[in-house]
Amino acid sequence: MKLGSLSRRLGVAVVAFVLLAACGSAPSGNSSSACSESTAKTATSASACGGMSALVAAANAEGKLNVIALPPDWANYGAIISGFQAKYPSIKITSDNPNGSSQDEVDAVTHLGTSSRAPDVLDIGMAVALANTSLFAPYKVATWGDILDSQKEPTGLWFQDYGGFMSIGYDSSKVPGGTISSVDDLMGSGFKGKVALNGDPTKANAALNGVMMINLAKGGSLDDISKGVDFFHQLRQAKNFVPIQATTATVKNGTTPVVLDWDYLSAAHGKDVSTWKVFVPSNAILGGYYAQAVSKTAPHPAAARLWEEYLYSDEGQNLWLKGLARPVRQAAMQQSGKIDAAAAAALPPVNGTPVFLSADQATAAKTYLSTHWAAAIA
Amino acid sequence: MLGGRRLRLDWVGTVPFLAYVGVFLFVPTVIIAVGAFLDDGGSFSLSNFAGLFQSDVVTATVNTVLLSAVTAVIGAVLGALLAYAIATGNPDGVFRRAVVSASGVLAQFGGVTLAFAFIATIGPAGFVYLFAQQHGLDFYANGYWIYDLRGLALVYLYFQIPLMVLVFLPALDGIKPQWREAAESLGGRTWHYWRYVAGPLLLPSFLGATLLLFANSFSAYATANALINQGNPVLAQQISGFISSEVGLHKPGLANAIALEMIAIVVVATVLYSLLQRRSSRWLQ
Repeated sequence: MKLGSLSRRLGVAVVAFVLLAACGSAPSGNSSSACSESTAKTATSASACGGMSALVAAANAEGKLNVIALPPDWANYGAIISGFQAKYPSIKITSDNPNGSSQDEVDAVTHLGTSSRAPDVLDIGMAVALANTSLFAPYKVATWGDILDSQKEPTGLWFQDYGGFMSIGYDSSKVPGGTISSVDDLMGSGFKGKVALNGDPTKANAALNGVMMINLAKGGSLDDISKGVDFFHQLRQAKNFVPIQATTATVKNGTTPVVLDWDYLSAAHGKDVSTWKVFVPSNAILGGYYAQAVSKTAPHPAAARLWEEYLYSDEGQNLWLKGLARPVRQAAMQQSGKIDAAAAAALPPVNGTPVFLSADQATAAKTYLSTHWAAAIA
Repeated sequence: MLGGRRLRLDWVGTVPFLAYVGVFLFVPTVIIAVGAFLDDGGSFSLSNFAGLFQSDVVTATVNTVLLSAVTAVIGAVLGALLAYAIATGNPDGVFRRAVVSASGVLAQFGGVTLAFAFIATIGPAGFVYLFAQQHGLDFYANGYWIYDLRGLALVYLYFQIPLMVLVFLPALDGIKPQWREAAESLGGRTWHYWRYVAGPLLLPSFLGATLLLFANSFSAYATANALINQGNPVLAQQISGFISSEVGLHKPGLANAIALEMIAIVVVATVLYSLLQRRSSRWLQ
């Protein structure tokens, strides 16, 4: 008890000292001086804080960073957190509720407000990002220009970080000919009782995108998912569609040898099934990305911004890549040669231009599914 | 007079029970009932109940009632036959003890593990099916019925039959052999005994047990969800769909209305059960 309060008091003293030191050197205009807390809170880029070194100094002065809902085994976040820690040893990372959902992250921002435990940065799904932009502070990382316009909010309220493409994963030892080269293959008689989705598309985002990918491959558009639903209706009538949710267990025991899922999740089945292959149809490259956002009420605004700079640096992007997630700057880094070539080669190949569902298109798709899906697969 | 008045404290013993039931049954029921009458903005509305008539919810209602009724009747008949075999056997025999304790375990087995056990054995990639197929018996030649309501019924029977054994055995044990001897000494045949003595005595508790089985499969969720994940074929899955949809089909009010519909159906079944129970216990005294 006494020891605890002593160390806490010491901690406060150290922070106060560092803050004083930082403030004291601020007027000199030196580039390594930290920007003030109020500047950091509203800084929309590192240069608005006085450059990278000023941001680092301010973040060091804060000495802490709260992240939330980052499972260590998800997209390589364990390595990313220790990488940041090694680079900025004076900033202590608190990783809260690692298995939380996107909704949990937003709830934590609303409930904890400006308290020192509140999350500084968020990694969220697009539906949640679009619904909660009022909670975010606009920020543009130094590598902002490498992110496609369709993958960011123009002022920097959110910007996509990593993701992948909807794919057909399959056990090549269990499908006719050992390979799948088109969506139409799935209709063949050799696929009886083999094709599954990762959940019900009226509930799960991955499943909705699975139906949309088929829809695109069958000539449908992002605005109208009906051709995808028709395909599943025929697939069901051909007795090829299995109505159970594909999981690691069903893949492992062979119940779902063909699964429509995000490529970065599907590729992980290779650990259990050595003959597992992942195929992204070139006429239906449907992307799905998560997004970063800085909390408007972040208790450590400079550290929050520094974390984003780290994630979008070549180092951070390559760490995601090693976790089989495709970093948003991948194309730009391939051009500049900064990509981790070995990690990139481990990803399922994709040839063509990716498309993404907009919020309105996702709404149209879910509305159609809510009235047609149950009947189509009954 | 005042001094003669005593503070009655005998209700104190029921406080833990009432508190427990209050927190885990009464309060949630009230929350559901109130929520069913609120729209998204929190004002009074009957629109959630209109949702009960949309086609997939109606289909799920019919499916669930049908599935529960079929598995209750089949489970009750097979379970009663098994219970009868036990009741007429040696009361201290190994067979009776083995079946009763196995029933106690199996009646509680359900959920994802049970569904996966069926998928891994008789599913299209299960080893039992593959073995049967190699030996000329392809029971999926006309389609994968394990993934529709027939498959679900088969999986449910796995816990319905043992449950029937457990609840019906006491009633069978209450039948005294002397009654049969009395019937025979009065010139009655086997048919007369069952028609006029054992039948009327056992029928109420048989029907009561059947209703219990009905309620049991009516409320099952995890088993159904693991076996048929698409299209929410049973009511409990419809509720889950309207609560947890991450693609934006989140309708908590409708979920509450469906829950209230399920409560109403189970209340009817339970009232019938208790009426029949009262009648049979009067007979067996």
